[in-house]
Amino acid sequence: MTTIAARGSVPQPESRRDELQDKGFSYVLAFTAFFVLIALAGAALSMLWGGREVLAQEGWRFFFSAEWNPVENRYGALVPIFGTLVTAVIAMIIAVPVSFGIALYLTEVAPSWLRTPVGSAIELLAGIPSIIYGMWGLFVLVPVMTEYGTPWLNDHLGTLPVIGPMFQGPPIGIGMLTAGFVLAIMVIPFVSSVMRDVFLTVPTRLKESAYALGATKWEVVWDIVLPYTKSAVVGGIFLGLGRALGETMAVAYVVGNTVRFSVSLLEPGTTIAALIANDFAEATDTYRSALLLLGFVLFIVTFFVLSIARLMLMRLSRREGLK
Amino acid sequence: MSIPTKLSAAVFAIATVFAASGAQASEVTGAGSSFVFPLMSKWSADYNVATKNQINYQSIGSSGGIAQIKAGTVDFGASDKPLPPAEVAEAGLAQFPIVIGGVVPVVNVAGIEPGKLKLTGPLLADIFLGKVTKWNDPAIATINEGLSLPDGKITIVHRSDGSGTTFNFVNYLSKVSPEWKEKVGEGTSVQWPAGLGGKGNEGVAAYVKQVKNAIGYVELSYALQNKMSYAQMENAAGKYVQPSAESFAAAAASADWKNATDFSLVITNAPGDASWPISATVFVLMHAQPKDAERAKAARDFFSWGYENGKAQAAALDYVPLPDNLVEQIKAYWADRIK
Repeated sequence: MTTIAARGSVPQPESRRDELQDKGFSYVLAFTAFFVLIALAGAALSMLWGGREVLAQEGWRFFFSAEWNPVENRYGALVPIFGTLVTAVIAMIIAVPVSFGIALYLTEVAPSWLRTPVGSAIELLAGIPSIIYGMWGLFVLVPVMTEYGTPWLNDHLGTLPVIGPMFQGPPIGIGMLTAGFVLAIMVIPFVSSVMRDVFLTVPTRLKESAYALGATKWEVVWDIVLPYTKSAVVGGIFLGLGRALGETMAVAYVVGNTVRFSVSLLEPGTTIAALIANDFAEATDTYRSALLLLGFVLFIVTFFVLSIARLMLMRLSRREGLK
Repeated sequence: MSIPTKLSAAVFAIATVFAASGAQASEVTGAGSSFVFPLMSKWSADYNVATKNQINYQSIGSSGGIAQIKAGTVDFGASDKPLPPAEVAEAGLAQFPIVIGGVVPVVNVAGIEPGKLKLTGPLLADIFLGKVTKWNDPAIATINEGLSLPDGKITIVHRSDGSGTTFNFVNYLSKVSPEWKEKVGEGTSVQWPAGLGGKGNEGVAAYVKQVKNAIGYVELSYALQNKMSYAQMENAAGKYVQPSAESFAAAAASADWKNATDFSLVITNAPGDASWPISATVFVLMHAQPKDAERAKAARDFFSWGYENGKAQAAALDYVPLPDNLVEQIKAYWADRIK
């Protein structure tokens, strides 16, 4: 302590060099951080600039109109926005409980010789290119959905009041539900590996204390592990959600690529990313402008969703502070 | 499959477009129509063997080809949709046909073999409008006596990307159905009233094969390669014809090329007993006053070679080579228009 203070008070050539170095280093670090910000703002603004033609033509209508008519050059983003959110929500409804189960099994239940191979297998799943998931979806999942999935849903869930219309549709197997399912399988590795990693950080002492008090495995998990890791778990879920919102190729294969509004999850639809990927190569003039503006919309949607995640995290940690 | 190849082709095309300026004079670059890509790659490979000249063609889609030739980044562009003469003149371009092909309706209905199902233009329009929804609808059943049509819902498959194939298909539907013309119209990409979208001919073919009771439209070669069940169509003369090189050629022969400025002619719904109603022409666009006359000449040499020596390759890939009198007209047009 004293030596450091002494050095600070009497500048020496050596320490001045250190100081310069420190300053330089902090500038370099600041640049790397700002680089991300600049790239982000640049990408978002250039897309907004590219979409200015359609924005001027359609105004706010662009965000609320369900029309997408390249012949008459009328464009609205409602259907792709809806499709993006719906497929992502379906994915999360499936992925979160499954990931939670995987993480719990690997950290609390599985015999230790099984943990490493299953853990690496899940990480391997995360590394598979999305196009492979798309092809798997089209050639394996779609026939299954056509033969068994859709008829079953039509007969059972389709007859229920209120949610019934969501599960009525033709047996084509291509649609938003299938897309959500493929997305779920794609995000499970991300969410579950984050969950597993944070579950491992729970001090053994805490868990052992609970076990010593006679708690069951479920009680330990629900009352000790989950509260301890809550904010990290939510963070992991939103990491997966971010991926589900922006996924392109796998969705383009199975979503049906139709810009038409439908309540039914079994009807074909589209997402922002899939629509851009499909149409960008051939689009010119106004159509290209509409697709660029759609890219900007994806920025906004993702930004909103991730901001909500931040807010939830902040509220969680504040409540913890009150306890 | 289709999506990655098309995207990587586009990226590659952009890369080559930038690289093109530095390339040697002997290497001619072209870009556009994905429909003609198999033929272009076959022709350029054979042409390279025969003459040692390089032709570099990138399949980036018709709209992309038009945009690139207007921007002057390639020596020629290819499009399945002709530009109107006014637009050709305004951009300082010259336009001529290169090869002919055809779009066919394909179906996946159990028990229906290729070429057995009969369809008419207005009926096809009603199906794609979502008005005729079942295969055993009286409108289909009356013209298909003897075929057992299932009581199944028709699933429509269309192109999700902008495409010259779509342009020719909806152009035909607009000609035969006033309701289609009014509600949907024509273009390389339209607001489809019903159905699901596949990317590229491959995407549509994959969906039709995958989904029971589906109907879609692809280029004939895709239907044949994928062993899909295509339909016969009633043509403008009221005769049912099978899609084939002969019926495409008949449609091309019946068209009035002589009086079409810049060959700007869509040969759908062509007259003549043997004409296939949804025949399509691929056009090439070049600058009328090219910056690099030598390369423009090299490109024309390639096309003349293709017209004369590329017929067998074209036929093998299910395209129809242009008739000799049309080739003469094109050569006269070159002499007249391209400096």
